Amino acid sequence: MAAPSPKPRRQLPLTWLGLMPFVIFVTLFLILPTMHIVVGAFQDRTGAFTLQNLRDLNTGTIPSSYWVSVKISVASAALGCLIGFGMAAAVVFGAVPRWVKSPLMTFSGVASNFAGVPLAFAFLATFGPVGLVTVFMRNNFGIVLSRDIGFNILSFWGLTVTYLFFQIPLMILIITPALEGLRREWREAAEVLGASTAQYWRMVALPILFPSLLGTFALLFANAFGAVATAIALTGSALNIVPIQLFAQIRGDVLGNPNLGYAMAFGMIVITAIANVLYIWLRIRAERWLK
Amino acid sequence: MSYLEIARLEKSFGANRVVTDFNLGVEQGEFISLLGPSGCGKTTVLRMVAGFERPSSGAIRIAGEDVVGKRPNQRNIGMVFQAYALFPNLTVAENVGFGLKIKGARRNEITARVTEMLALIGLPDLGGRYPFQLSGGQQQRVALARALAPKPRVLLLDEPLSALDAKVRVSLRNEIRAIQRDLGITTIFVTHDQEEALSISDRIVVMNAGIADQVGTPFEIYNRPTTRFVANFVGQLNLFKADGTGRIGGVAVGQGDFAARPEAVHLGRAAEADIVLPATVEEVHFLGSVIRVTATAAGARIALDTFNRPDVPPPAVGSTVELSLSSRDLIPLK
Amino acid sequence: MSLYARLTGWIVLLFGLGYFIVPLVGLTEFSLKARRGVYSFDAYAKIIGDPEFQATFSYSVVMALVTIAMGVLIVVPTAFWVRLKMPWARPYVEFLTLLPLVIPAIVIVFGYIRLYNTSSFLPLTGTATGTNLLLAFGYTVLALPYMYRAIDTGLRTIDVATLTEAAQSLGAGWTTILTRVILPNVLPAVLSGAFLTFAIVIGEFTLAALLDRPAFGPYLQRIGANKPYEPFALSVIAFAITWACMGLIQLVTRFSKHTKAQP
Repeated sequence: MAAPSPKPRRQLPLTWLGLMPFVIFVTLFLILPTMHIVVGAFQDRTGAFTLQNLRDLNTGTIPSSYWVSVKISVASAALGCLIGFGMAAAVVFGAVPRWVKSPLMTFSGVASNFAGVPLAFAFLATFGPVGLVTVFMRNNFGIVLSRDIGFNILSFWGLTVTYLFFQIPLMILIITPALEGLRREWREAAEVLGASTAQYWRMVALPILFPSLLGTFALLFANAFGAVATAIALTGSALNIVPIQLFAQIRGDVLGNPNLGYAMAFGMIVITAIANVLYIWLRIRAERWLK
Repeated sequence: MSYLEIARLEKSFGANRVVTDFNLGVEQGEFISLLGPSGCGKTTVLRMVAGFERPSSGAIRIAGEDVVGKRPNQRNIGMVFQAYALFPNLTVAENVGFGLKIKGARRNEITARVTEMLALIGLPDLGGRYPFQLSGGQQQRVALARALAPKPRVLLLDEPLSALDAKVRVSLRNEIRAIQRDLGITTIFVTHDQEEALSISDRIVVMNAGIADQVGTPFEIYNRPTTRFVANFVGQLNLFKADGTGRIGGVAVGQGDFAARPEAVHLGRAAEADIVLPATVEEVHFLGSVIRVTATAAGARIALDTFNRPDVPPPAVGSTVELSLSSRDLIPLK
Repeated sequence: MSLYARLTGWIVLLFGLGYFIVPLVGLTEFSLKARRGVYSFDAYAKIIGDPEFQATFSYSVVMALVTIAMGVLIVVPTAFWVRLKMPWARPYVEFLTLLPLVIPAIVIVFGYIRLYNTSSFLPLTGTATGTNLLLAFGYTVLALPYMYRAIDTGLRTIDVATLTEAAQSLGAGWTTILTRVILPNVLPAVLSGAFLTFAIVIGEFTLAALLDRPAFGPYLQRIGANKPYEPFALSVIAFAITWACMGLIQLVTRFSKHTKAQP
C-alpha cells in the first residue's frame, strides 16, 4: 500500500542526515570513549555499580598527586594571570608604544599553543643543570640556582615556570580584548565625579574585569591541569602529578586496578569541567556588561 | 565678571591647532551651547573645562578661581558623555550615588539624594536596575542624575543626545532644559545639531575650525548671522548675488552676496515685499502644515516655505511664478 | 600617562618578553654546543642523518596531512549544513566541538585503548593500520575546536544561503556546491585551521605514546632521555615548524582580508 508521505515528515530525517557523519564521528571518538571512562569509574571488575573506585582515590599516592597537580595549576594560572595582565595592560593603556601590540598578539597566539616536549627541552636548556641561565648565573654572579635559591627545574616550581611559557600568552590573548573593552568614558566619568585613579580601579575597572579575570584564571587552570607532555618530558616520573600517574597507569596498570584508573581519569574530567564551566559562565556575565 | 570665564584659550595637538583664541563668559544659571561641525574644536573646549585636556595657553576660571592646573577630580564639575558612560557593574542607584560616595557622604545622605535625583529624572522605580537593562534614553537620564547628584558648580553635556533616536532626542532635550532651569545650574552643551542648539539655549557659540565665529542668542544667530559660515551652518539659506550696480530685482541693496531664509521668500507678491523675481517651479514638497517649494530665479535655486491653505493648491511643477521678498530680510554675507 | 606608569609598563613588558626569548635562546645555544668549545651544527647533522628521525618525522607529517583531510571532510560539510539548514543546532554542535578542550587528551586516549581493544566491537588497536587510523581520528578530535571555529568564522563572512541557492539554480548538486562554491570561499579559513592542526599534530606526544605509534613526539621524548644534544636540536626544529605554521596562518588571514569584500 502506497502510504501518502507528507512532506514535512520526510524533510526532517533528511535534514538530520546531513549532520550524521559529524554525529557518528563525535560519538565514536569523543563521547563513547569518555563515557566508557566515566561509567568504568563507577563499576567494579565484574561490571557492577560501585562507589569504591572513587573512595579508593583517597588511597596511596593519589590524593597527593591531585594536590600537587592542583597546586601547580593554581600557581601557574595565578602567575600567568598576573604577568599576562601586566603585559596586556602596559600595551592597552599606552605605557609602551602602540605598535608593540600586533607582534605581541601574534607571538601570544603561537606561544599559547606551545605546550609539549620541545618546550620542556627549551627550559631544560635554559634552567637545567648546565642550562644557559644556570651557567650564566654561576659564572658571573657565583649563584648556584639549585643551592642558593633552591630552584630546580625538575620540581614543583620548575614545572610551574615552564607552564608559564604558554600560560602568560594565553592570558594576554584573552584579557587584551577585555581591557580594550574598558571605555574611556568610564574612567573620565569617574574622574569628574571626584574619583582618584586608585578609586576608579577599585570601584569600577576591577569589578568590571572581575568575571573576565576569574574566568581566564579558570581556563588557565584547566589548561595546566591537563598538560601531560611537558610534564613527562621535563620530569619523567620524578614529579607525582595526576597526568603522569595516569600515564603510567595506562601504560602498565601501576595501580593494580583498571577501574581505579578510570576513577582517576574521571576526577580529571570533573576538575577541568568545573573550571571550564566556570570560565564559560563568567564569560557570559562579562559580555553582558561589555555590550 | 561671569561665573565661568574662558579667556584666550588655545589648544594644539602637536602642530595641529584645534582651538584658537577662544573667549567666553557664562553667567550663573545660563545654558550655553557650543555648536559646530565635527572637528571644529567644540568638544576640545569642553574637555579643557572638564580638565581632560590641558590648554596650550589661556585661562579657565570658575567663580573667579583659575582651574587650569587642577585635575578633573578636583574641579567639582558634572559631565554627561555621548553614550554608554554609566558604570556597567553598578546599579542605577549606585551610579547616581557614586560621586557622593567618593566625597565620603553618609549612607542615608546618599540614599536621600539618590531618591531625589531619580524622582527628578522621572525614573523613581529603576534604582535597582543595571544599565544594560535600560533604554538609551533612560541611560542618559541616569547619567544626568549622576552628574547632578554631587551638586557640581558647572554641568557639561557632551552631545548627550546624539546616540538616541529622533523622538527620544526631542523629549529628552526639553527635559534636560527644564531640569537645568529648575536647578539653575550653569551649563555648557556641545552639539552639532543646530535645531537642538536653537531650541534649548540661552546663548549659542557657533564654532568653526577652532574659532568662535559668533556668540549670541538663538534669535540673533538665526536672524542675524555675522559670517557666511554661521549663515550656512544654522538653518537653510538662499543665496542672492547683487548685480553690477548693487541691485537685486531692481532694488538697490548694495554690493556683495546676500542670503535669505526660506520663510522670508514668498510665493506671489507679498504686501511688505519690495523685491519681485520671476521664477520657474522645480520641486514641490508637501510637508503637511508647510509646503516647501524649490524654484529657479535668475539662474539661482531658491527654496521657500509657504503655509498650507486648504483653498489654495500648491503650484504645479514647471509653472512660472513670481517670488517676492523684503530687502530688509536680506542678510549681507561677509 | 605618568613616568612611573610608563616605567612599570616597560619593566613588565621587557620581563615578559625576556621570559619568552631567553628559553628560546637557551635552547638554540644548547643545541649548537655538541662540539666541545665551539658552536656547530653537529647535533643537527647527526639528528637529520638518524633514520629513526626520518621515519618518525615523515610518519608525523603523513599523520598531520591525514588529520587535516579528515578534519576538512568532517567539519566543512557539517558547518555548512548547520549554517544552511539547522541554525538552531549551532550551539549544540559548537559545544560538542569544544569538548576536546574540556576533556584532557590523556582521558580520551585512555578511552580509546579500552574501548577499541582486540576484544571490542571495533578492534582498531588490533592491527597497525587500525591503530594508525585510531590515532588520526584522535588527532582530528584534538583539532576539532580549532578547525570548527576557523571554518565557522569563515562561513560567517559569506552568504551561505544565497550562494547555495544560486548554485542550485544553475543546476549544481551538493558535492559540486561544497567543492566548487563553498570550499574555495572559505579556503583561507580552512588553511588557517589546517596549519594549526599541522602544528599540533607534529609535536603531539600523549596520544602517539599511549597508542604506541612511531611518531615524532614520543621519539623526541625518548632520545631526550639518552642523548645529550640531539633532543635540543630536534626541539629547535619543532619550534621552527610551529612558527612557520603560525606565520602561514597570519599570511593567509592577511591575504584573505585583502581579497574579500567587506560585507
